[in-house]
Amino acid sequence: MTETGPRTVLSTTSLGLRIRGVTIVDDVSLDVNEGELLVIIGPNGAGKTTLFNLLSGVTRPTSGKVVFRGDDITTAPPYVRARRGMGRTFQTSTIFAELSTLENVRLAAQAHLGGSDHIWALADRQQAALERARAALASVGLETRERAKAASLSHGEKRKLDLAILLCGDPRLVLLDEPTAGIAVEDVPEMMTLIRHIHRDQNKTVLMVEHRMDLIMGLADRMAVMHHGSLLAVDTPERIIANEIVQSAYLGDPL
Amino acid sequence: MTTIALLLITGLGLGALYFLIAAGLSLIWGLMRVLNFAHGAFFTVAAYAGWSASRLLTSSPAELRWAVAVVVAIVVGGAFAALTEVLLIRPLYSRHVGQVLVTVGLALATISLVQGGFGSDPQPFAVPDWMTNTSSIAGAGIPNTRLLVIVFAAVVLAVLLFFLQRTRFGLIVRAGVENRDMVQALGIDVQRAFTLVFTIGGMAAGLSGILAATYYGTVDPVRGTSMLIFAFIVVIIGGLGSVTGSAVAAVVVGVLQQFLNFYAAAGVGDFSVVLLLAVVLLVRPGGFSGSST
Amino acid sequence: MTRSVRIGVAVLLVVLAVLPFVGITIPGLFDGALNAPGTLNLLGMCFVFGALAVTYDIVFGYVGLLSFGHALYFATGVYVTAIALARWHWSLPAALALTVVVSLVLPLVLGAICLRMRDIPFAMVTLAFAQAGSILVMQNPFGLTGGEEGLALGGDVLPSFLVGVVNTRNVYWVAFALIVVVYVVAWRAVNSPPGRVWQAIRENERRVGVLGLNPYLYKLGAFVLSAFLASICGVVYLLLQGGANPQVTTADFTLALLVMVVLGGVGTLWGAVLGGLAYEYLDFRLVALSNAPAVQSLPALLRVPLSEPLFLLGVLFIVLVLFVPGGLGGALRRRLPLRA
Ligand SMILES: Nc1ncnc2c1ncn2[C@@H]1O[C@H](COP(=O)(O)OP(=O)(O)OP(=O)(O)O)[C@@H](O)[C@H]1O
Ligand SMILES: [Mg+2]
Repeated sequence: MTETGPRTVLSTTSLGLRIRGVTIVDDVSLDVNEGELLVIIGPNGAGKTTLFNLLSGVTRPTSGKVVFRGDDITTAPPYVRARRGMGRTFQTSTIFAELSTLENVRLAAQAHLGGSDHIWALADRQQAALERARAALASVGLETRERAKAASLSHGEKRKLDLAILLCGDPRLVLLDEPTAGIAVEDVPEMMTLIRHIHRDQNKTVLMVEHRMDLIMGLADRMAVMHHGSLLAVDTPERIIANEIVQSAYLGDPL
Repeated sequence: MTTIALLLITGLGLGALYFLIAAGLSLIWGLMRVLNFAHGAFFTVAAYAGWSASRLLTSSPAELRWAVAVVVAIVVGGAFAALTEVLLIRPLYSRHVGQVLVTVGLALATISLVQGGFGSDPQPFAVPDWMTNTSSIAGAGIPNTRLLVIVFAAVVLAVLLFFLQRTRFGLIVRAGVENRDMVQALGIDVQRAFTLVFTIGGMAAGLSGILAATYYGTVDPVRGTSMLIFAFIVVIIGGLGSVTGSAVAAVVVGVLQQFLNFYAAAGVGDFSVVLLLAVVLLVRPGGFSGSST
Repeated sequence: MTRSVRIGVAVLLVVLAVLPFVGITIPGLFDGALNAPGTLNLLGMCFVFGALAVTYDIVFGYVGLLSFGHALYFATGVYVTAIALARWHWSLPAALALTVVVSLVLPLVLGAICLRMRDIPFAMVTLAFAQAGSILVMQNPFGLTGGEEGLALGGDVLPSFLVGVVNTRNVYWVAFALIVVVYVVAWRAVNSPPGRVWQAIRENERRVGVLGLNPYLYKLGAFVLSAFLASICGVVYLLLQGGANPQVTTADFTLALLVMVVLGGVGTLWGAVLGGLAYEYLDFRLVALSNAPAVQSLPALLRVPLSEPLFLLGVLFIVLVLFVPGGLGGALRRRLPLRA
């Protein structure tokens, strides 16, 4: 506590999840620093998504604790964490399929700006939310698709919509679960540019899961390796590549 | 003391009827995530089929008439359920709300048809004389129909548990209840398991229908609906998808209902069962044996 | 809505408002003249069920909550008002005030419990509570509800302008006002900021939580609003019927509501109105049909099914669910230019 290092935004202490005797997340202690981009890698089934669920409150941990911006939020429901500035996307994009693209983002803007409980107001007359929503759509390049039903968007567009929804909430920390999963190869660079933009230009702390090493290099400030539910190492990308435990446990594994 | 014995066994008998409906509902829910409102229709149609069969055999001995009625009810219940699954549920695969809705429509249509055909009033159902006699247990005269219903339900419970634990289809059903994704991965067998579970559920409901007719001495077009609601409560309290849980919950609900209806006032027992449900939900949202998710 | 549809709706509303002054007869559609008490009463009932279907569509169509207990809240409006008027001899305003309080508190408490469950378990629990209500009414506690007999209002408990055949038109106007008010309130609600959250919950509840909104509170809000409006529908039903009957507490009644909403098209308010109107009208006409000599002289195999309105509606319902997933509303929308 005496060192004057970077400020910690999110910190977990011995976080664990056991379901019916099976350990899915095992004793994870991780500090995420203000402003950094930390990438979690790990083989399929390592527990990365489950860890995100514990961080965002979708699942309750069975042991350990989570501290976010100074508050113990271990048992707080997702909406409380979101209000304190934690945003996340899901591995498979979870947009509101039957609503329009604009409405998807407008809801997020409405949630952020407040007034979601104004039963006497008309949603489409709330200019501030509409403007914020349109700006977010423009920032991910979806402004021409605002009237399309979200279900009809292409896979890559849905992932961008995910990001736009996220940005509307102006979170301090964003959790991105495999943002490039399932999108066409030619769309990957654009997605990475967007993520870099969110991190650098919008000054957001980013915690993301990503499988592809080539994408992580040059983007990540630090990397964390997860295997069988526990963290093997947390370090700079260069040193992670060189780390022997990681090499044998993860990089050696056939993916 | 004798009153307590009588109430206990009557409650067990009622619980046995609930269990026979709930077991099928619970398995259908566990495997297919369908809330089957038509289960009350299986119950009713089977009971009236058994009743009709028994009326056709007026010159035969009472035991034979009753036995034929039971067999007919089981067969009709099973066949009706199988047809329902194949013709109405299967086309709506993956549309769970749609599946619930067609079973609602089927229940409405069937019950009103029965009312149209046989009248809204209960009709007497003839049973062998020995069934209406009483046996003396703990000093109380217990109608034999109560004991009969309990024995039947116990046999069905044993058979179901054997089926689930010792047969191949039973394994598929259990795997499906345990893990929904596995159901998809198992492919073609699952389609047959769906039909099978529906058929078994329909047979049990049919048996329940004719046993209820034996228990009350009448067939009644609206009995199925009210039994179904208590069976739903049994299924939730017992934990969705669990046959043993349903059996335990059915006994608890049946006995509680009888005791309170007797010692408090008619209707208080029924009402308390719903309160019990509320309490269980507040304490354990997944029911006694279910998981909380 | 396009301009022509708007004008059409406005004309229809005016026609319906002045209907009690129109003495013409439309053979086949109604038995008597349009302003005959029988016709006005039937139309009033159609309005009540149209409005009730709208209230159900709020929870089922917009929030995606498959409640099987909606009848309980309708029955609350019917019975609380009836008991206060006929048993306790309260004045109409006092009875209404009590009804309003009960119709807000009851769904708040029960909704808070039921909403601990989701999806089908939620459906089962709402059904169980509604059943408890039905049992309560049937048991006739303290001689309040009249049990199976029901509870007639009698001539002197209501203000005179709401009583008697000559005043049917006044009750008709009340029912007409009900459907208009319920529709407008529902429309405002589903297009309000919380109403949009409801639709998001229907699409993906977990995602709503991650946006920073507590889905539970929004669901509870919708549940209470819908139940409250349903109770108001119950009050008007009581006025039209002149009494309370336990039929409205049964599970079958909720199922009928479900049929109305699915008939009209889930998730569109005017579809629900259409479904409610069509259901009540068909139910009434099918009873008339079943008593027609032409049907009564048929062989039993045909006569029995045709004499059972619920059978015909049940079959119609199955056919709709299987083959017309959007309901009447969905089928119509594909033909009419109702949305841009
Ligand atoms: N609720 C649950 N019950 C049982 N097992 C679970 C549950 N949730 C997750 N698991 C198991 O925990 C393990 C970790 O899953 P998780 O989705 O977190 O992995 P992941 O690292 O995100 O993998 P991927 O790279 O495939 O996305 C898996 O084996 C999964 O089956
Ligand atoms: Mg994952």
